Amino acid sequence: MEVTSQDFKKNAHIALHDAKLQRALGNLKAGFPGKRAAAIARLPEFDALRDQARDLKNHILAHLDLYLEEFENNVTAQGGTVHWCRTAEDARKTILEICRQQDAKTVTKGKSMVTEEIALNEYLEANGVTPVETDLGEYILQLRNDHPSHIVAPAIHLTLEDVAEAFHEHHQRPKSDDPAVLMQEAREMLRKQFVAADVGITGANFLIAETGSTIICTNEGNGDLTQTLPKTHIVVSSIEKVVPTLEDMTLFLRLLARSATGQEFTVYNTLSTGPRRTTDQDGPENFHVVLVDNGRSDMVGTELQEMLRCIRCSACMNHCPVYGAVGGQTYGWVYPGPMGSVLTPQMIGIENAGLLPNASTFCGKCEEVCPVRIPLPKLMRHWRDKEWEKHLTPGAARSGIGIWAFFAKRPALYRWLAQSSNLFLRLVGGKRGRVRKLPLAGGWTDYRDMPAPSGKTFMQQWQERK
Amino acid sequence: MANPRPRVGLFVTCLADMFRPEVAFASVKLLELAGFEVEVPERQTCCGQPAFNSGDRKDSAAIAQQTIEAFDGFEYVVGPSGSCIGMLHHYPELFAESDPWHQRALELKSRAFEITSFLALHLDMDKLSSSFSGKVTYHDSCSGLRELGIKKQPRVLLSKLPGVQICEMEEAETCCGFGGTFCVKYPEISNRMVGNKSDNIRATGADTLLAGDLGCLLNMVGKLKREGIEVQARHVVEVLADMVDTPAIGEAKGV
Ligand code: SF4
Repeated sequence: MEVTSQDFKKNAHIALHDAKLQRALGNLKAGFPGKRAAAIARLPEFDALRDQARDLKNHILAHLDLYLEEFENNVTAQGGTVHWCRTAEDARKTILEICRQQDAKTVTKGKSMVTEEIALNEYLEANGVTPVETDLGEYILQLRNDHPSHIVAPAIHLTLEDVAEAFHEHHQRPKSDDPAVLMQEAREMLRKQFVAADVGITGANFLIAETGSTIICTNEGNGDLTQTLPKTHIVVSSIEKVVPTLEDMTLFLRLLARSATGQEFTVYNTLSTGPRRTTDQDGPENFHVVLVDNGRSDMVGTELQEMLRCIRCSACMNHCPVYGAVGGQTYGWVYPGPMGSVLTPQMIGIENAGLLPNASTFCGKCEEVCPVRIPLPKLMRHWRDKEWEKHLTPGAARSGIGIWAFFAKRPALYRWLAQSSNLFLRLVGGKRGRVRKLPLAGGWTDYRDMPAPSGKTFMQQWQERK
Repeated sequence: MANPRPRVGLFVTCLADMFRPEVAFASVKLLELAGFEVEVPERQTCCGQPAFNSGDRKDSAAIAQQTIEAFDGFEYVVGPSGSCIGMLHHYPELFAESDPWHQRALELKSRAFEITSFLALHLDMDKLSSSFSGKVTYHDSCSGLRELGIKKQPRVLLSKLPGVQICEMEEAETCCGFGGTFCVKYPEISNRMVGNKSDNIRATGADTLLAGDLGCLLNMVGKLKREGIEVQARHVVEVLADMVDTPAIGEAKGV
């Protein structure tokens, strides 16, 4: 997908004036946060589980190589194959190669953000393999040639009307805006695809080292059909999703659904362990796991390592006031919201994504709700540090801070600056007590008044009283 | 002879100094009421947060050293802002653990308090009295709330004043969109956020908005005034210190 993170401000402007999008975002805000709050209120040990999950993830990341090798050994022992892919390009080629071995014309796909990250669909299509998204949200997006705006609810930016239109156009059926009718229509269309597909591709929520299993957590059941009907199942997963044991997995499952949608559990939690055995009633004949690194191992051992704890629950974006104002597509690449503002610069370069980690007030709400306690504001600040070091901070901001710091490091001069600014604002504020327009402060006064100082500076008055 | 009164260094904060001296005077009054000797160190300037949040760690560290030195020797450092005091609590991050400044920064952090949390610990609340009377709504500023755990303290203090009736707003804990330089770097998004805030404030029917941080207050007042919403705004210490005769923030001087 085309990267537009450099245009974050322009995207935001459009999003803020898009009435339909704003309605959709209003629904999101009214939905997920309240459901999450209710779900965790019913689980008194929620915070203790978060601590455990954080510590366990830290342990895993410290021994990532060991657990991944254990995972690979067990996948192999079960008759599957693990493919290690350092880059997105490696991963795309590997997946295409497997499809070609099967002579695949169409592949069905379960929801997977990693395949978005490696831009898999575009690549398969260009190479003669047709990918069919089977998650309802992703299916709608594919019809519209659109991209996810949210990591759990990918089509959250669309309204029912948008869906009705897309279906009408692509299904050649009478237009309906009854959700039940639309759902039925999608089912019928997809059923044919499930049966016809040669290969099924899914993501993974977790990889279980001790058994060599992968698990997907969904609410639609489409993933089950995607991975059991075709002859070949490819799991595409990033490397940090490995957990040591099934029991460890359950710890994360308890946190994941509650943090995401406020469910106690997702509806379908499906484990895949190797290809079909002779005693199995169904399942694929071939089982592949494509492990994608794509910059993640570079984060290990750095300040950004904490980001690898992320379990992709979406709580940070659901609660983020900036995401809530502008929506996910404004962020201009695959991962939106606070977690995206940390990950995106790592994956597409800080020089392309600098506006993202700056688009935060550091209100800290994301960190407050993150189930694995990722200090998202601190990590966004890390990117601002990197920008400053590399002289990527916009010139005006850099010199502004430079001049201000010059004064702040010299108390006597700083007093003088404060007094002069104070006097100036009092003069322009006059008797009204506030200013409606200020040169060079349009960012403020275009939208709000500037309250004027109520008198001389405190330091002046304090001196005079002494 | 009684022990000398413990000394508090007042961290004035730039915005109180420049926009709202009443806030610093009210802080002095309340700290004295709580039995402290209050001084205002001359060498203090800003906490350094604008540099810190812009990625300029070198200037942040220099400003941190200056602040640490300015407040050497005080038993406590108290300021009327969760955001600025929160910044003082970040100082240790600016120095490697092997650097002696790291230890000094930790030591400052252990003495640095936001004013309402400090008063909640040290003030005999029966001593509070205020002529203020009205319906107020309270905005929880993000840094104070999430970095310093300030939520109940201002409300407990206000509950000692018979004239104060608190009507909580929806989303009291949601950011107002100020965010330091954020509000001018991303003005449209900031405007949306403060617009939501002013809607929530208006919906309470309160006549006064209180908060513990002037950054947020200036932002919210600016928006309320621009939208013509008749709500007055003050820093919470003005009400607690019974200094409510001066015009509220951004209001015209009385005739
Ligand atoms: S950063 Fe935390 S809150 Fe955000 S998606 Fe990842 S796990 Fe969830």
